[in-house]
Amino acid sequence: MDISNYLYLSALLFTIGAVGVVVRRNAIVVFMCIELMLNAANLAFVTFSRINGNLDGQVASFFTMVVAACEVVVGLAIIVTIYRSRRSASVDDASLLKR
Amino acid sequence: MSIVTTLELLPLLGALLLAVIPKQNALLAKRVALATSVVVLAVAGLMAYRFDNSNPAMQFVESRKWIASFGVNYAVGIDGIALVLILMSAFLVPVVILAGWHESENGKWSAKTFYILILTLETMMIGVFAATDVFLFYVIFEAMLIPVYFLIGGYGRGERAAAAMKFLLYSLFGGLLMLAAIIGIYVIAGNQIGHTFDIAQLSTLHIDSWTQDFLFLGFFIAFAIKAPLWPFHTWLPTAAKSATPGTSILLLGVLDKVGTYGMIRFCITLFPQASKTFTPIIIVLALISILYGAFLAIGQREINGLIAFTSISHFGFITLGIFAMTSQGLSGATLYMVNHGFSTGALFLAAGWMVSRRGSSKIEDFGGLQRVTPVLAWTFFLAGMSALALPGLSSFVSEFLVLVGTFTRYPVAAIVGTTGIVLAALYVLIVVQKSLHGPTTEGNESLKDLNLREKIAMAPVIAILVIFGFFPKPLLDTINPASQQVMSHAGVTDPAPKAGK
Amino acid sequence: MTTSSNLVYLIALPLVSSALLILLGRKADKWGHLLATLVSATAFGIGVMEFLAMHTRTGAARAATQHLFSWISVGSFNVDASLLLDQLSICFVLLITGVGTLIHIYSIAYMSHDRDRRRFFAYLNLFIAAMLLLVLGDSYLNLYVGWEGVGLASYLLIGFWNQKPTYATAAKKAFVANRVGDVGLSLAIMIAFAQFGTVTFEGVKAGVPHASGAAITAIGAMLLLAAAGKSAQFPLQSWLGDAMAGPTPVSALIHAATMVTAGVYLITRSNYIFDASSTARLLVVIVGGITLIFGALIGTAKDDIKKALAASTMSQIGYMILASGLGPVGYAIAIMHLLTHGFFKAGMFLGAGSVMHGMDDEVNMRRFGGIGKLMPITFATFGLGYLAIIGVPPFAGFYSKDKIIEIAFNAGGTKGWILGGATLLGAAITAFYMTRLVVMTFTGSKRWDEKAHPHESPILMWLPMAVLAIGSVASGFFFNSGNSLVNWLAPVLNSRGVEGGAELMKPIVVSGLALAAVVIGVGIALTKYRSNVPIEAPEDVTIFTKLARKDLLQDSFNEAVLMRPGQKLTAGLVKTDTNVIDGLVRLVGAIFIGSATALRRIQNGYVRSYALIMVLGALALIAMIWVVTL
Repeated sequence: MDISNYLYLSALLFTIGAVGVVVRRNAIVVFMCIELMLNAANLAFVTFSRINGNLDGQVASFFTMVVAACEVVVGLAIIVTIYRSRRSASVDDASLLKR
Repeated sequence: MSIVTTLELLPLLGALLLAVIPKQNALLAKRVALATSVVVLAVAGLMAYRFDNSNPAMQFVESRKWIASFGVNYAVGIDGIALVLILMSAFLVPVVILAGWHESENGKWSAKTFYILILTLETMMIGVFAATDVFLFYVIFEAMLIPVYFLIGGYGRGERAAAAMKFLLYSLFGGLLMLAAIIGIYVIAGNQIGHTFDIAQLSTLHIDSWTQDFLFLGFFIAFAIKAPLWPFHTWLPTAAKSATPGTSILLLGVLDKVGTYGMIRFCITLFPQASKTFTPIIIVLALISILYGAFLAIGQREINGLIAFTSISHFGFITLGIFAMTSQGLSGATLYMVNHGFSTGALFLAAGWMVSRRGSSKIEDFGGLQRVTPVLAWTFFLAGMSALALPGLSSFVSEFLVLVGTFTRYPVAAIVGTTGIVLAALYVLIVVQKSLHGPTTEGNESLKDLNLREKIAMAPVIAILVIFGFFPKPLLDTINPASQQVMSHAGVTDPAPKAGK
Repeated sequence: MTTSSNLVYLIALPLVSSALLILLGRKADKWGHLLATLVSATAFGIGVMEFLAMHTRTGAARAATQHLFSWISVGSFNVDASLLLDQLSICFVLLITGVGTLIHIYSIAYMSHDRDRRRFFAYLNLFIAAMLLLVLGDSYLNLYVGWEGVGLASYLLIGFWNQKPTYATAAKKAFVANRVGDVGLSLAIMIAFAQFGTVTFEGVKAGVPHASGAAITAIGAMLLLAAAGKSAQFPLQSWLGDAMAGPTPVSALIHAATMVTAGVYLITRSNYIFDASSTARLLVVIVGGITLIFGALIGTAKDDIKKALAASTMSQIGYMILASGLGPVGYAIAIMHLLTHGFFKAGMFLGAGSVMHGMDDEVNMRRFGGIGKLMPITFATFGLGYLAIIGVPPFAGFYSKDKIIEIAFNAGGTKGWILGGATLLGAAITAFYMTRLVVMTFTGSKRWDEKAHPHESPILMWLPMAVLAIGSVASGFFFNSGNSLVNWLAPVLNSRGVEGGAELMKPIVVSGLALAAVVIGVGIALTKYRSNVPIEAPEDVTIFTKLARKDLLQDSFNEAVLMRPGQKLTAGLVKTDTNVIDGLVRLVGAIFIGSATALRRIQNGYVRSYALIMVLGALALIAMIWVVTL
């Protein structure tokens, strides 16, 4: 099987994730879409690692996973806090920055 | 340490002293500020005494490394032109403090802050005239805006915040152009003689005319805004209407002189070729300023606006004298700067007292003051006479020198400029008639005449106007060698009389 | 040249006294007038001493100089504060201090009820100092200081009662009109410096032969402009009538005897300029000729006694200017008329003041009548002045005016006929309006209110009038006997006697014509005004009378041509400044604020739109890299 298909899949997942971030309003779904983008990048890392025959890409993907884990902790905490104060998980309700 | 540096540090020291004084004790703050400024004046007098008139070079020079990697030095030194301007500044500050004893009390901040700002400003005023390093000059040139911004915005009247902002932005815009030109000349110096900001060294550079034109314009527009020259003048009336009289005096009397001083010190010295190229345009602008300022002054309804526009007219005369490039023109223009400081100072003081007594700055609200407050009326009248350059007062000497110096090279310009003296008579006499003559208008019957403090503040200014009107020699002897130096550097000589003997 | 060390006191004493009286304020109220009078008298004393000393010297040694200090020195522009007292300036010094002292004495009584008498005397002393500086300066720039100084004193004195708005306006008008003249003097000095490298009289005189004709004519024209401003000559004449707002002694001293004649001094002093340019001389006689008729015509219709006298002054100075424009023959004659005029006109103004003093400051001649019986001394002194001004022999005006008419005819050709005719016509009109004035005021039936109680003035007032009357009688004869004044002035003015020049008519014929003109003028006035003077000015008068009452429309002209366009221009410029120039500045600000407001719209606070922009930005970046590497 052609190894570049993994890259196509990665690009596809990334795009789906990006579109999801832009169009969805539910904070949880947006969050999942971000995770999807991160994992798409991970897939690309691993693929390139395989193509180049060294382990750099795999190491990088571990870093990504750690960062993603941290992000989930912080991000979910924020979402829960916002939900508590505003009774809503919609990102559009948190448009406080414009004022 | 040079006496110039001492002079610069003294007001700063006073400001530091003020900083530790408790806020509530406004009287102590005033006294400390006044004492400091008087000491500064004394030291400035000492400096003038030790100044050697026969030496055209920079005196009391001091140079210390500041930012070594860029070749920036703390370099100061004064020649005759700088000396008279520093003396004028040192003289005006105590007058301003004494005359506007209560100016500091209605501000956004405490009286103490007001005097800290004034004294800091004095340090910079001395520094800007003494700097012989372009970078140092630029830094002070820009830094001066800060105390003035707060003085207008914090202690002024009316739309003071807007006026302060307009002043600041306008000046910053000019400063930006100058910064670009300074970087330009710095790079050229780097290619030719090594990185330096020293004016004397920079003036030896060979710059091709195209580049020179651009660099000249960078400096000139900054100075034309500062001076201000038509059409860059609109910030001045706004600022003068909002600032306290004391601030106005320092703003028009001293800060604006940095513009015309810079034209002599930088534009002509660094770019003699470009100066000649642009002279026709500048002379036209100067003439427009003279007449335009005078007409606008006639049309003003507010007394401070009127004084501001008379100043625009006077700055036209100064610029005309500078770019006539004759010894009479240059010396006359320098003397004009000094005289204008005192003459406008006297006007603003008298007008300020009128406004603070009446509670209105509209000319139509005054009338018949000569009967009610004779001494105040006299001071205003004399200041007005000085503004219209009555012979016997010092402003006449400078105005006539400027005109005669211009006439020998540009007769038509001098003729146009001379018609300005009729307009000057109009703008002074109209306001004198409306405010001092006629029946006493309602609300003015019980105005109080000048008290002793105000008389003491005003007397030396008027004395100077009269003394230097009859005997301007000490000032001219100080200025002449320096203006000769400027002319010989620019490579121009006075035109010879047409009818040879 | 002799050096003298007294000259400076002539100027310094009145100047210091004036400053003292102003600075001390009310504290000096009690003795201010005495100090001022004393100082003026002292100055006169110094003047007499200097005159006697000068008389004993001969030749070039007669002129005395005093170098005070170096005033302005920049490059080649060197002006010293130096004084020069020569045969010309001593005439003026004696006139100024002499008449000045008399008027000081007169004013002690005249102003005794005014609460600001001290201030009045301070101004008078200031005027004396400035006027003496004007005639004593040895360079045009020194003269200029005095020139503007007398302008200031005149401004202060015209506006002495400036609580009345019209008086304050009159003062302002005088100063501004004078300033227009001052532009001329400034420019003359500048041209002189550019041409000769000096502005002293001596230096300019020495340089004249080397300069181009155009330059000399330009200097001459500018000097004439200056003279027109100061001496109320056409076209700057309109301020003099309004200047009568000042107290009457001021009108006598400043606006009749001395200051307004400064223009004549300037022209005669600059005789070397006018000798070298016939064009400049022509301009001078034109201005003088127009003004002498102009002033005389205005004088015929004025009912205000002071304004009638002012119009007469304007006309008489026109005579002097005309004479000084006739070249070497005319300068000394102009000075002679100036001096005799100083006596009789000052005397008549003081007489008018005396009448006003007795009539509760009434100035309308239609409200006088028959005052002569009640104020005999005033009538007598005024009468002598009257005989002098209309040129009845052997009174002073006869000698001086007759000479002017004579040399005007002698100018030769058409010019001679025109000028001679004009001066003759002027003499007839002068006789008419002066007779009208005297008849309406002093003779006929009384037309005043019951409230007024005309009475003779105190001795302090009539004594100066009497002295001046003696001058009006005798001065002409004195100046003319043996051509003494002409010879005296010859070294300075390069003047020569009336002899020489193309004689159109024998002097005796001219005198006869002049007398005939006077008789005609007097006759018409007598028949018209001896009786039945209506108290209100009649309205059914000819268009000419109407015009003359309106000062031949001089003010309407100035208003229409200068003032209103000027006001419109000012208003327009104020609008331009706020709307266009400051508008452009505000526009720059508005552009920044506008674009910032537009950009702010994309900051909508929605996370997803920020994310979209991020994605688009990343895509754009990638696209750029792709394009670049392609």
